[in-house]
Amino acid sequence: MIDSSSTVPLLEMKAISKSFPGVRALNNVDLTLHSGEVLALLGENGAGKSTLIKILGGAHTPDEGTVFIDGKQTRMDSPTAAQRAGVGVIYQDFNLVPALTARENIFLGQHSHLLGRTKKSEERRKAESLFKRIGIDVNIESLCRDLPVAQQQIVAIAKVLSLDARIVVMDEPTAALTPREVKGLAAVIDELKSQGIGIIYISHRLDEIEQFADRITVLRDGKHVGGRPIGQITRDEMIELMVGRSLENEFPKAKSQAGDVLLTVKNLSRAPVVQNISFSLHRGEILGFAGLVGAGRTETVRLLFGVDAKESGEIWLDGSKVNITSPAQAIRHGICLLTEDRNSQGLVSGMSVQENFGLANMKWFSKLGFVNSKNEGLAFNNYVDQLTIKVTDGSQIAQTLSGGNQQKVVLAKWLQQNAEVLIFDEPTRGIDVGAKYEIYLLMNELAAQGKAILMISSELPEILGMSDRIIVMHEGKVAGEITDPAEVTQEDVMRLATGSVMATM
Amino acid sequence: MKRLLQSKLITDYGMVLVLVLLGALVTWATWGEQHPDDPGAGKHLANGIVELPGDDTHVAVVVRQTKSDTEYAEAIATQLKDKGVTVAAIIQARTPRDARVELVKLGEQQVRVNAIATHHFCFSTWGVLQQSALDGLAANYPSLKGVKPFKPASRMGSTFLSKKNLVSILNQNAPIAIMAIGMTFVIITAGIDLSVGSLMALSALITAVSLRDWFGGPQASSLGLYSAFASAMLVCTLCGVFVGLMVTSFQVPPFVVTLALMMMARGCSFILAGGADSVDIQASGAELLYSGTIFGVPNQIVLMLVLFVLAHVVMSHTALGRYVYAVGGNAQAARLSGVPVFRVIIVVYAICGAAAGLAGVLDASHFTSGRPKAGEFYELQVIAAVVVGGASLMGGEGKIFGTFIGAMILAVIQNGLNMQGVDSYRANVVYGALILVAVLLDQLRNRSSRWA
Repeated sequence: MIDSSSTVPLLEMKAISKSFPGVRALNNVDLTLHSGEVLALLGENGAGKSTLIKILGGAHTPDEGTVFIDGKQTRMDSPTAAQRAGVGVIYQDFNLVPALTARENIFLGQHSHLLGRTKKSEERRKAESLFKRIGIDVNIESLCRDLPVAQQQIVAIAKVLSLDARIVVMDEPTAALTPREVKGLAAVIDELKSQGIGIIYISHRLDEIEQFADRITVLRDGKHVGGRPIGQITRDEMIELMVGRSLENEFPKAKSQAGDVLLTVKNLSRAPVVQNISFSLHRGEILGFAGLVGAGRTETVRLLFGVDAKESGEIWLDGSKVNITSPAQAIRHGICLLTEDRNSQGLVSGMSVQENFGLANMKWFSKLGFVNSKNEGLAFNNYVDQLTIKVTDGSQIAQTLSGGNQQKVVLAKWLQQNAEVLIFDEPTRGIDVGAKYEIYLLMNELAAQGKAILMISSELPEILGMSDRIIVMHEGKVAGEITDPAEVTQEDVMRLATGSVMATM
Repeated sequence: MKRLLQSKLITDYGMVLVLVLLGALVTWATWGEQHPDDPGAGKHLANGIVELPGDDTHVAVVVRQTKSDTEYAEAIATQLKDKGVTVAAIIQARTPRDARVELVKLGEQQVRVNAIATHHFCFSTWGVLQQSALDGLAANYPSLKGVKPFKPASRMGSTFLSKKNLVSILNQNAPIAIMAIGMTFVIITAGIDLSVGSLMALSALITAVSLRDWFGGPQASSLGLYSAFASAMLVCTLCGVFVGLMVTSFQVPPFVVTLALMMMARGCSFILAGGADSVDIQASGAELLYSGTIFGVPNQIVLMLVLFVLAHVVMSHTALGRYVYAVGGNAQAARLSGVPVFRVIIVVYAICGAAAGLAGVLDASHFTSGRPKAGEFYELQVIAAVVVGGASLMGGEGKIFGTFIGAMILAVIQNGLNMQGVDSYRANVVYGALILVAVLLDQLRNRSSRWA
C-alpha cells in the first residue's frame, strides 16, 4: 500500500457541497484517493454517492468546494473537462452503443472532427494494446450487443483507459456479473492498480468490498461519516456506519411452517431457455431459485406469470389446473410478480405512487369505469403505514422513490390483490442495506400469513439465508433441489449452478 | 428567470398564459376604428333613423350583394317597418354604378326617398353615396329632394375581440380541435396517427355517397341523414381499430401503419368522388348539423366543448384514462400490472378514428358536399395542437385541457396573421416558427423544473 503521508494524493475533493431544490445532497464532503488504490464508496441509496460521482465526472458543478488532481486545483465543469483531467466514469449500464463494435465503442467521440477518417488499423492496434493492458482478450470486431455482459464491461473499462484515465470510477460493476466473472474483474482491478490507477468502487455487496478495496469511505445523508482501511473494520461495522444503527443479523430468517401445496408446475418449457421445469410451492414457505445469470430463472417465472407464452407444461393451483396466457390472468389467479427491475418493469415511473398502486387494482377502485380516488387513497395509505413506505403522499412520482420504497409500493399493489403466490425476482437488487432488512422481514411476515413465496436471487448469502428450500437451475433445467439450506455451503450451490454436479441434496 | 419559470403558476398554466399573451398581442395589433355592419348594428341604425325629426321619412337601404349584407339590410328594413317608417326600396348592388342606376330608377318612378341607410364600406367608398353626388341626383329628380346617407357610428375596438370573430375562430377550428382530442389519446400512449386528415375526407365522402346512393338522395329523411353520418363515423372507427390491431398484434410502428392508411384513405376518397372535386349532398337538412345553433352557439362549438369535457373526464377519472397514461409511460410495467395493453391501444386508435370521422361529417354538413381534398395536411395541424398543448411524443404525458389550449393557440396565431393581412406563404413561416417557440418554452420550463 502506498504511504499517504509522503505523496501528493491523486485526487482530493475538499468540502464539497451541493443542493438541489428541497434537498441538501452533499454537505461538506471530503474524499481522497491515492494512486494505485481502490477506495470503496459506501452509503445507502440517497446518501449522496451518485451526486459526488457526478461532480467528479463533470455532470454536476458543486455549489461549494474544490477538486485537486495531483495537488493542482482543477475545474470540472463539463464531462469533457473531467475526461481531460483524467477521470473516467463507468456507469452501471456501461453507456455502450449496442449496434457498434467493441472497437468503435472505444473510440466513439474521439475523432478530431466529424468528417475525420477513422483509421481502422491504428484503432485496432490501440484497442488490442488496451486489452493487453487489462489482461483480458475481447474480440474487438464483434458488436457490443453480441458480447456477454462481463466483456461489455471490459470494453467500457478499455474506453476510459483509451482516454488516459488515471482515476476510474466503477458504479456497481458487478451488478450483472456471475460469480466467476466477478473473479475476472478482480484480476482486472489488480492489474489497473499495479499501473498506478486510482479506483473508486461503488457497490452494495460488502463481501466484494472486503475483497477488492484497500480503504472505505462512507456517506450518510450527504455527509461524510467515516473512512478506514479495509483491515480495520468488520462488515457489521460497515453496515452500522452506513445505516447509522446496528443490525442484529443480515438475514432475519424466521423458521416458517410449510403448509399445503399451493402451486404445482409440471414440465414447463420454452426452448431453449426453459426446459421441463417442475416444482411445487407450499403455503408459508420461501422457495429460493438459485442459479447463474442466464440460467432461465427469470424466464421460468415469466412463463408462470403469463408474460411469455409457454410451449408446453401445466400449472396447477390449489389442486386444479389453470390456464394462464397473460399477466392479467395470472393476477386473477392470485399470482403476482415483483420484477427485478422496478423502474422499467415494476412501476410506471412517471406516474404517482398511488396511481401505480391502483393500476393493478381497478376492479376494487372503479365503478362503471370511474375511478374512486378517495377509496384508492385510503387503501394506499393503509399500506403506507403497514409497510412503512416513505412517501410524502400518494401523489409523489414513483421514480423519485428509493429502490426499497419502490419495492414496497409494488408489494402494496399485489397485497391489495390478495395475492397468494408472490414471486420476488431479485427482491433486493439495488436496494440499500437498511431497506433490504425490511424487505426480508416483510417476506417472513407474508410467509407466516400463509402466502407462498418464490424468490429468485443471484446473491448466494441471500438465497441461503432466507430460503426454506432451494431449487438450483442450470442452463434452463433444474440442476438440483436443496431441502435444508442450513446444511449446505455457498460452494455446494455453486457446484449445482455451474453444472459440475447434478444431484439432490 | 429560472425562478419565474419554476413558479407553480407557470408550470401549471404556462400554456394558458401564452394563449392570453397571444390574445393580447393580436388585440393590440388589430386595435382600430370598428365599423359595425351586422344585423344588430342595422337595428340600431334603424332606431336612429326613426328618431329623425319629421314624420315623413322614406328610406332606401343600399348595400352590397353579399350574404351578410342581405341580413344587415333585412334587419334595417324589419325594424323600420315595425316602427312605422316607410321603406321605399332595398337596393343590393354589385357595383356603385348599379346602385346609381337603381337610385335613378327610383327618381324616375318618383318614389319618395329622403334617407339612405347603408354601412361604412359603401358610405366611404361608393361615390354615389357622397352627399354631393346625392345632391346632384336630388336636383334632377324631385322625389329625392333632401336625401341624406346614414350609417352606423364607428367606434374604437379590436376586430379580433369582436364576438363575431371569436365565434368564427372557434367554429373554424372545431374540426381540428375535435381530432386533436383523439390524437391526444394516441400520443399519450406514445403513438401517432397520421391518417386523421385523410379519414376526415373519407368520412365526408362516405356521408355524401351513401346519402346519394342508399339513404334516399334528395328525399332523404332525417333517419337517412343520421344513418349516413353514423356509417361514415363507423367506417373511420373501424379504420382506427385496424390501426390498433396492426400496432399491437403485428408490432408495426404506428407511424408506418397510419402513413399507409393516410394514403389509402385519401385514395379511396378520390375513388368515391369518381374524379370530381366534390360530391354534392342534395338531401335537405344535411346542412343543419353545421349551421344549427344551441342557445345561439353554433352546433360545432357546442359539440367540441362537450367532447373536450367528456374526454377530460375519461382521462382523469376513469380506469381507461389511467391505463392510457400507464401504457404510454411504461407499456411493459403496465402489462405486468395486469393492464390489457393491447385493448387499450386498440381503443385509443378507434377513438382517434371516430374523432376524424366526426370531423368529416361536420365538413360534409358545412359544404353540403363530400370533398376528397378535405382535411389535407390537417394531421400535422392536429399533431401540432397536441404538442403545443404539452403532450410528449414519448408518451405518458399530456392533458386534454392542454390540447384545447394548444388548438386555441394555433387558431389565434392563424387568425391574427390573417387579420394582419400576412400572405399565406409568409404566414406559414411565422406559424411554424411560433409552434417551435411555444414548444421550446415548454421544454425550458420542464428542464428547469427537473432538478436531479
